[in-house]
This record gives sequence, C-alpha cells and structure tokens, in this order.
Amino acid sequence: MMSSLQRLGRMTLRFFARLGRGNLFMLRVLAGMPSVLPRFRLLVAQVYHVGFLSLPIIVVASLNVGMVLGLQMYNTLVDFDAESALGPVVALSLVRELGPVVAALLFAGRAGSALTAEIGLMKATEQLSGMEMMAVDPVRRIVAPRLLAGIFALPLLAILFSAVGIGGGYFVGVGLLGVDEGAFWSQMQDKVDWREDVLNGIIKSAVFGVVVTWIAVFEGYEAEPTAEGVSQATTRSVVFSSLAVLGLDFVLTAFMFGEP
Amino acid sequence: MRDRGSTWLAELQDVSFRYGTRQILDGVTLRFQRGRVTAIMGPSGTGKTTLLRLIGGQIHADRGRVQVAGRDVARLSRAQLFELRKRMGMLFQSGALFTGLSVYDNVAFPLREHTALPEAMIRDLVLMKLQAVGLRGARHLMPNQLSGGMARRVALARAIALDPMMIMYDEPFTGLDPITLGVIMKLIRKLNDTLGLTSIVVSHDVQEVTAIADYVYLLSGGRVVGEGRPAELLGSSSGWVRQFMHGLPDGPVPFHYPAPDYGADLLDGARESA
Repeated sequence: MMSSLQRLGRMTLRFFARLGRGNLFMLRVLAGMPSVLPRFRLLVAQVYHVGFLSLPIIVVASLNVGMVLGLQMYNTLVDFDAESALGPVVALSLVRELGPVVAALLFAGRAGSALTAEIGLMKATEQLSGMEMMAVDPVRRIVAPRLLAGIFALPLLAILFSAVGIGGGYFVGVGLLGVDEGAFWSQMQDKVDWREDVLNGIIKSAVFGVVVTWIAVFEGYEAEPTAEGVSQATTRSVVFSSLAVLGLDFVLTAFMFGEP
Repeated sequence: MRDRGSTWLAELQDVSFRYGTRQILDGVTLRFQRGRVTAIMGPSGTGKTTLLRLIGGQIHADRGRVQVAGRDVARLSRAQLFELRKRMGMLFQSGALFTGLSVYDNVAFPLREHTALPEAMIRDLVLMKLQAVGLRGARHLMPNQLSGGMARRVALARAIALDPMMIMYDEPFTGLDPITLGVIMKLIRKLNDTLGLTSIVVSHDVQEVTAIADYVYLLSGGRVVGEGRPAELLGSSSGWVRQFMHGLPDGPVPFHYPAPDYGADLLDGARESA
C-alpha cells in the first residue's frame, strides 16, 4: 500500500519535473526563433522534411477516411431518407475533428518520430556536443527551425486531409451510391460555417502542430545518448504526442463547440 | 591574440568534479604550455574526457578553477564562452561529423556560421584545410562513405577551420589501423608545429603518446599520479607509473578484482553443494 503510494508520488513528481524541463526547453527554443528567420533556407529544408515527405501518408489516409465516412454515413442517413445530408455530415466530421486529429496522429507517427530519432541520433553521435564546441547553439541551429517547420506544416496537412477526405466522401456518396450531386454540395455549403467550423479546425491543427513537434524535439534532445535511449525516446515521442493530441482535442472541442 | 599572457595557455587548479555520487576528479592541477603537445593519459574511466569538457566549458567544476587564455571559464557569460570556443578546436573520438552534410560542407560549417566570407573564399579555405589532412579529393563524399580514420581527419580539418589557438583531441588513436594511426600521429604533431597551436591529447595509448607528446600527465582515480616528459615517465621509479607506461599486467593495480581468498572460495562452493 505504502510502496504503491510512494510509486505514484514518484511518478507524479517525475512527470511534473519533465513537464517543467519541457517548458524551459521550449522557452530556449522560442528565444532562438528570431535567429531562424534570416536563415530562410534552413526552414525551407525542414518544411520539406516534415511536411512534404508526409504528403503520401496524409493523402492516402484521408482518401480512405473520407470514403469510409461516406459509406457509413450513407447507410445510416438513408434509413431516415436524409441521404442528401451526406455532404454536410462528411464535411463537418472532417473539418471539425477528423482532419485536425487524424492528420496530427499521422504526423506524430511520420514526422514526429523522425524528428525525435534524428535529434536523438545527433546527440548520441556527439554531433550536438560538437556543434556546441564550435560555438554554435544546437537549440537555435537544429531545434528551432524544426519546431517552426512542424508548426507551419501540420495545419496545411490538416487542410489537405479534410479536402481530400471530402473528395473521398463525394466519390463514394455521389459517384457510387447515387446521392444527388447538387444536394451534396449545396447542403455542405449551407451547413459548414467558415469561422465556426473551418477556422476552428485550423486553430486546432495549429495547436496540435505546436504540441506534437514540441514533444518530438524535446524527446530527441533529452534522449539518453545511446542506441537504446534513442529508440525509447522515439516510442515515447509518438505515444505522448498522440495522447496529448487526443486529450487536447476534447478540451479544444469543449471550448469551441461546447456552448449551445 | 596568441602572444598575450603567460607561457600557459590553459590551467586547471585543484579541480574537483563529481557526477552523481561518483567522484570523477579529485583535486587535479594541470597546466598546458603554449605551442606544445600535452597529453593526459590514464586508464579508462579516470575522467580524461571530463577534463576536456571542463576546459571547453560544457560542464563546470565543483571546486577549483579552470582558466583558458587567462580567463576563468566558469565565469564567462554564454556569449563570451562562445567567443572563446571559436578559438578552440575539439576532435571527438567519433569524429562527430554532421551526417547530413558532405565532407566539404562539414568543413565549411564553422566558417559559414561564424564568418561573413564570400563563398569563393570559403571554398579556398575549405580546400586548404582538406589539403592539410590529405582529403581534398574526398570533398564530395558523405560521412557514411568514410572510413573511421578518414572521418577523424575530416573532423580535424573542421576543427582547424577557424584557425584556433588550441585543439583538444579525445582518444584520437583508438580503433585505427596502423597506417591511419601513423597519419593521425603525424598530423597532430605537424599541425601543432606549423600552425603554432597548443594541443591537448587525451589518450591511453602509451606508445603513440610518448612518440608525439612534449609533456604527459598521468591520471588515475581522479588524481594526477605522475607527470613529466615521456622519457622521464618511462624511466620512472614509481610502481604505478611503471606499470601503466609499460603495460604490465600486475603491479600496484592488481590483476585480480578484489575477492575473498581463492582456496577458501573454492572450498565454500564444495561445502555448499555437498
């Protein structure tokens, strides 16, 4: 009894200590941000790595999600003779929830893990230490551009996710199941609000972009500098950022769409 | 810049350092003379690399003072420390080359970060540094295409890119074939003498160090247990120094890890299983 209480206490303390270190680290990175802007090419290279290289998985996944959504929603709606509402249902699900959340989860698995592994490996092979000895701050040179790139890339990927997903829903609903094309689009246009739905979805994905990339670079930077340590850090990066995305999604949804 | 101050470029005075509960350094005093190759030798795990990190200001001593070029490293602000580090080169055991950059870009890295030189001049400088280590022809290779010895030579070219006043080598002789070993030894000595550097070599390879060092400190258990010119140490009467310098299997450092009496131990086992 006592020992499990102790363990709980220790875990809690450790969690908060880590959270504190993560915040201090974030402050250091933010302080280094201004030095990134004049070095635009560094940023572009990172956006390519975390953003462009995530495109295939985002496109394939969103197409599938959209098609499944179209199929499932049609089956339910058709019972109520409401299949003309397929457009708004698919669009709202994607724009409000699935776009930001699933894109963030995929992003954590594809780009976040790669960031953690890359930075962790640089640490394990003394590249970060070597950089410091060359009077170059690795937080500014390595971490800051990657964080900025992640924050920039995820909202774009989430928008793309929603757009392609809607395309998938259209293909199944209108193309295969015979929902009226005019009703599909006009109802969507009618029910989806730019500010309330689209903008809130983008805000969500921007928050997820910060959190996922922050966790990824922090885990990499804090990794035990061994092969085993880097692999553990990569796992932790994906697990923590996925949980953080799902947890934050509820909080954000409650704030954005909570009031009647 | 180089001729300012005393004959000692770097000094450690009574420095102690502990990592967790482990005392790594315990009152160490070392001095590094300008223009010379000074070696720090000792068995593995006696805090040799820690010394280099102390001199580079990556960690700070619990007690004592670390001075480089007349300045107390622990008291420098971050900006001042970075200024100082631009004049120090460090060669890591692994080379620590940036895996994403070619040989050329690795050597150009410090120049691009710290100078506003035009690219044409950077190219000349990079080729000069690569020529000095004999790898001008390898400039388009990526680090994963290099052998261990080549990687270390590229790292050396990178370390001297900014023409430092001092260069630190962390185990430069470990894991090299005889030819590469000879190349690295020659380079350390040659660069030291032609560029007017001050070199600090951390190593446990007695033969190589005695061949190139001007002065040697022997470290054991976090203390200095011997110092002098290589020849003096080789002829030392101290038991420990002799054992280390000549690589004797037994001596003050026992061959056996502390254990109860051998005979009694064996008989105990027989009794237990009976």
